[in-house]
Amino acid sequence: MSETEALESMVGGEYKYGFTTDVEYEDFPKGINEDIIREISRRKDEPEWVLEFRLEAFEKWKQMEEPDWPNVEYEKPNFDEIQYYSSTKKKDGKKPESLDEVDDQILETYEKLGIPLEEQKQLQGVAVDAVFDSESIFTTFKEKLAEAGVIFCSISEAIQDHPELVKEYMGSVVPKGDNFYAALNSAVFSDGSFVYVPEDTVCPMDLSTYFRINNMQSGQFERTLIICEDNSHVSYLEGCTAPMYQENQLHAAVVELVALEDAEIKYSTIQNWYSGDEEGQGGIFNFVTKRGHCRGDNSKISWTQVETGSAITWKYPSVIMQGDGSIGEFFSVAVTNNRQQADTGTKMIHVGKDTKSTIISKGISAGESDNSYRGLVKISPRAENAQNYSVCDSMLIGQTCGAHTFPYIESANPTAKVEHEASTSRVGEDQIFYLQQRGMDEDDAISLIVNGFCKEVLQELPMEFAVEADKLLGIKLEGSVG
Amino acid sequence: MLEIKDLHVCVEEDGTEILKGVNLTINEGEVHAIMGPNGSGKSTLSKVVAGHEAYEVTQGDILFEGESILELEADERAHLGLFLAFQYPVEVPGVTNKNLLRQAYNTIAQEQGREELDPLQFEDYAKEKLDLIKMKPEFIERSVNAGFSGGEKKRNEIFQMAVLDPKISFLDETDSGLDIDALKTVANGINQIADDDNAVVMVTHYQRILDYITPDHVHVMIDGEIAKSGDKDLAIKLEEQGYDWLIEPATASVNGEQQ
Ligand SMILES: Nc1ncnc2c1ncn2[C@@H]1O[C@H](COP(=O)(O)OP(=O)(O)OP(=O)(O)O)[C@@H](O)[C@H]1O
Ligand SMILES: [Mg+2]
Repeated sequence: MSETEALESMVGGEYKYGFTTDVEYEDFPKGINEDIIREISRRKDEPEWVLEFRLEAFEKWKQMEEPDWPNVEYEKPNFDEIQYYSSTKKKDGKKPESLDEVDDQILETYEKLGIPLEEQKQLQGVAVDAVFDSESIFTTFKEKLAEAGVIFCSISEAIQDHPELVKEYMGSVVPKGDNFYAALNSAVFSDGSFVYVPEDTVCPMDLSTYFRINNMQSGQFERTLIICEDNSHVSYLEGCTAPMYQENQLHAAVVELVALEDAEIKYSTIQNWYSGDEEGQGGIFNFVTKRGHCRGDNSKISWTQVETGSAITWKYPSVIMQGDGSIGEFFSVAVTNNRQQADTGTKMIHVGKDTKSTIISKGISAGESDNSYRGLVKISPRAENAQNYSVCDSMLIGQTCGAHTFPYIESANPTAKVEHEASTSRVGEDQIFYLQQRGMDEDDAISLIVNGFCKEVLQELPMEFAVEADKLLGIKLEGSVG
Repeated sequence: MLEIKDLHVCVEEDGTEILKGVNLTINEGEVHAIMGPNGSGKSTLSKVVAGHEAYEVTQGDILFEGESILELEADERAHLGLFLAFQYPVEVPGVTNKNLLRQAYNTIAQEQGREELDPLQFEDYAKEKLDLIKMKPEFIERSVNAGFSGGEKKRNEIFQMAVLDPKISFLDETDSGLDIDALKTVANGINQIADDDNAVVMVTHYQRILDYITPDHVHVMIDGEIAKSGDKDLAIKLEEQGYDWLIEPATASVNGEQQ
């Protein structure tokens, strides 16, 4: 896409993905209890151990309280009003084997979202798993990946086809009772993606999952598990959108990454869930637990996120660096506008020797929004020569928004080196005037300033995603200087 | 080309009047110099012409090629071919000079119905302009003005002027902060850009730059008005005698000047 086209597509500024797909859903009761959980498990035809996993998580969840330490304010969801499983009616009640069996409306939906699933139109070089409400609809390039020994499928399929792998790793990074929303997810989780890359393998293409919430009543509780064996490598992307509804919807995901010796996982997210209207009506509650485990020596896990959507975001992609010499990275852009609230950051836990972590966080607040960075760098006693470098920059647009940083450092090893830099700047009238004087209109000027501010993070994204992110930032902040 | 008629301007926020009836006519092919004491309103005049929103025009008009531009936004005025080299150029971290300028160039080209340049064509075009003012090529890859020295920022403004090839340019104290050699180079560059179809207005405190760029007209601004206009000799006289002889007693005491 040319620069001018990219700029033109910014005009309009509305949330482009707010449409609803009119599909028929299977009946499923609202609310949460043991019977509901059994029913989810039955409909998914799960083995007994998965049901047990769910029930144990549910027991823990019942004992837990919703946390109130994040710097966000919202009306707590009514857990009895949520539908925890949402499946569209199928012709013969089974997951489609080929695209011909996928509902045309759903295919159209993905086409509209810019992710065509039909073979001729598929994005090249990227395999896509399309998740619609609680189900994975289709996964592309499966055969090609299988040739390389890479497994890429929905977690439900993985439970059926590769139970030994799921059993070994699911819950090993984010335990069932880790926190309130992780426990809820573990009890009712629906689809998400499963990736397994065998030893000495560079995954031949980028893998991506596109999450779509469509059903107004349902929450989305996806679960993703990525395992990279020794000396293997994968780059995974996820994108998310939802229709515009007046009501808030809950999205509580769990993502677990495991990197063994010399393995490398790069996980990129563009989160653009519906963020509610200007008055703060509606929008997604995005309460997510994402954690990576550098289990092997010299392994590397890198999170890159561009968070632009959701009414409320509450998310701390983390890395536990257990293997000696392992590396954790977190690159984040979080944009809030109107009444959005975001409390996001990371946890870098240094366990092994010579472990290294980098945190680059760029928060942009506009309108009446609130944007908080919360990060923990923890150095355990054994982590000789651990190093962390953190940069945490905030940019304010206008006078009515807020930016906050909460950096926590806990170091139990004197050889560790921890560096933290932080800055806050305001997009000034003078900066905008300067660019306008050079011929750019106000929105392009802001978009340029913001893109410059986020550059270190945006350049971490794979190409296709970088273009998308660039556009998104522009749309998101359009008209934010009044 | 540009006609400023009885221009009265105040600060939008608190209503303080800064320009108190400025008249100025600038024709194609002319070079003007505006001099005057600190705080007399020279930068304000440049910014108002460029369309800065912090100021309100309360009386008078600004005509560009016969039409009023008061209703136009700053970017629309830039599209007409109006350029301002800032007294204090702004830093834009993370945005390279090249990206900014290519976007600026193409936006203006599009508005004026000229051909846009693709990245490779633009690179060649920009290199030529760099040579004009002897700026090192690495500067176009650097973030706009970020970490530039004072003199480098000023030179970068003229580089931008060269790239955008405007019809009329206001250069606000471009000479301040340039060393002796840089002043010569930059002046030389400006001379090459100036031709019969465009016009240059230089705001300056020193007559030195006027040794290299000969102005057709020199104006002295005092307390928001053009107190005197003349030719190059006026600049020389100011250099020798200062502004005292031009300041009315009443104004002088307000400004705290001797009397
Ligand atoms: N946005 C503003 N708000 C308040 N006062 C302003 C504003 N802009 C200009 N002024 C005032 O108007 C007067 C003229 O300022 P201006 O910058 O135009 O002076 P100048 O002639 O360019 O001076 P110098 O030679 O020092 O650059 C000054 O007293 C200045 O403080
Ligand atoms: Mg000035």
